[in-house]
Amino acid sequence: MNTAHYKTWDEFTEGIWRQNPVFVMVLGMCPVLAVSVSAVNALSMGLATLFVLVCSCGLVSLLRRMVPKEVRIAVYIVIIATFVTAVDYAIQAISLALYDALGAFIQLIVVNCIILGRAEAHASKNPPLPAMLNAAGMGIGFAIGLFALGAVREVLGAGTLFGITLFGAGFQPWVIMVLPPGGFFVLGAWLLFFSWLERRKLRRAAPPMEAGQHV
Amino acid sequence: MSESAFQIFVNALLANNFVLAMFLGLCPFLGVSGKLDTAFPMGVATTFVMLVASLCAYGLNLLLTAFHLEFLRLISYIVIIASSVQLVEMVLKKYSPALFRALGIYLPLITTNCAVLGVALFQTARDYDFIQSVTFSIGGGAGFTLALVLMASVRERLTLSNVPDLAQGTALSLMLAGILSLSFMGFAGLGG
Repeated sequence: MNTAHYKTWDEFTEGIWRQNPVFVMVLGMCPVLAVSVSAVNALSMGLATLFVLVCSCGLVSLLRRMVPKEVRIAVYIVIIATFVTAVDYAIQAISLALYDALGAFIQLIVVNCIILGRAEAHASKNPPLPAMLNAAGMGIGFAIGLFALGAVREVLGAGTLFGITLFGAGFQPWVIMVLPPGGFFVLGAWLLFFSWLERRKLRRAAPPMEAGQHV
Repeated sequence: MSESAFQIFVNALLANNFVLAMFLGLCPFLGVSGKLDTAFPMGVATTFVMLVASLCAYGLNLLLTAFHLEFLRLISYIVIIASSVQLVEMVLKKYSPALFRALGIYLPLITTNCAVLGVALFQTARDYDFIQSVTFSIGGGAGFTLALVLMASVRERLTLSNVPDLAQGTALSLMLAGILSLSFMGFAGLGG
């Protein structure tokens, strides 16, 4: 019982850090780069994806014995599209300004590889509760990744965070950071940082055998 | 309509390039751009799927609007795209098995390529008529191919140069894409 509980917990935290969809698996890049112009946009997008991810993984897992293997991808996509349509209308009702800012990218959650990947790799093989937990972990990891990107871009490119000005009047915004190229640069920098962390951890665990392996 | 077909084409091809300015279709852009030999056919296949999807989406949207079923739009678009990808897959398998194997997993993944769904969604959102939709999808596809080919050429050269170990892989590709995107910003305003 204890080990089972531990395993479920492990599956939950896996998506947040060890298998973070943005920084480690580099999945679902399109919405990540497109909506991470500001911290608010990034966070709302992350929450929308989290909701779709948890709901569709739960449903996929409930239906896992009923869906024939041959048409499973089509079934998953239709399930995901249903929840995305719901989210789309919900955001439209809650905040029209946010809806306009996110644009077509809410509907494009459908083709986010993270969701289909989770449905196929995890939810289709596990009972609903672990599947939803795992999906929640992934979704939270995705939201954290989006937020990390959006916050950096907003601070550098506009000098604000959540719309609050951070610097004095002398601050020159680094405009390129909120434009498309900035998305690529900031994500590239984050990936560099994570690969440096990984490298450092490996080096601490096992000191290099040969001189040639020094980095 | 305010935009001419030519403007739409240039806009989709350069000024608002799907990959480098609108961030659509990044997975194949980062995944298949290792070699020029596969990048170009991949671009052409995606363009074809885009064209078919755009045509079907245009017809379907008329139908859905006529019956007031707009809330089914997303679901029906996805189904249409999945079927056109299946079509392309069958054609390729029959006429060019070598290419079919080279593209591998990325071929069925065109279904989840946001550029394809993006074409369908954007043309609906912007109320394009038939001619505009067709030019938009061809321009977008050509832009996607252009970005893919540029990226593949740069990465082919890059394999010969000495890069720090740390930056190897996706991080380097992203930095490259950023530089490409920076240069594409020079086209801004070209489509009017």
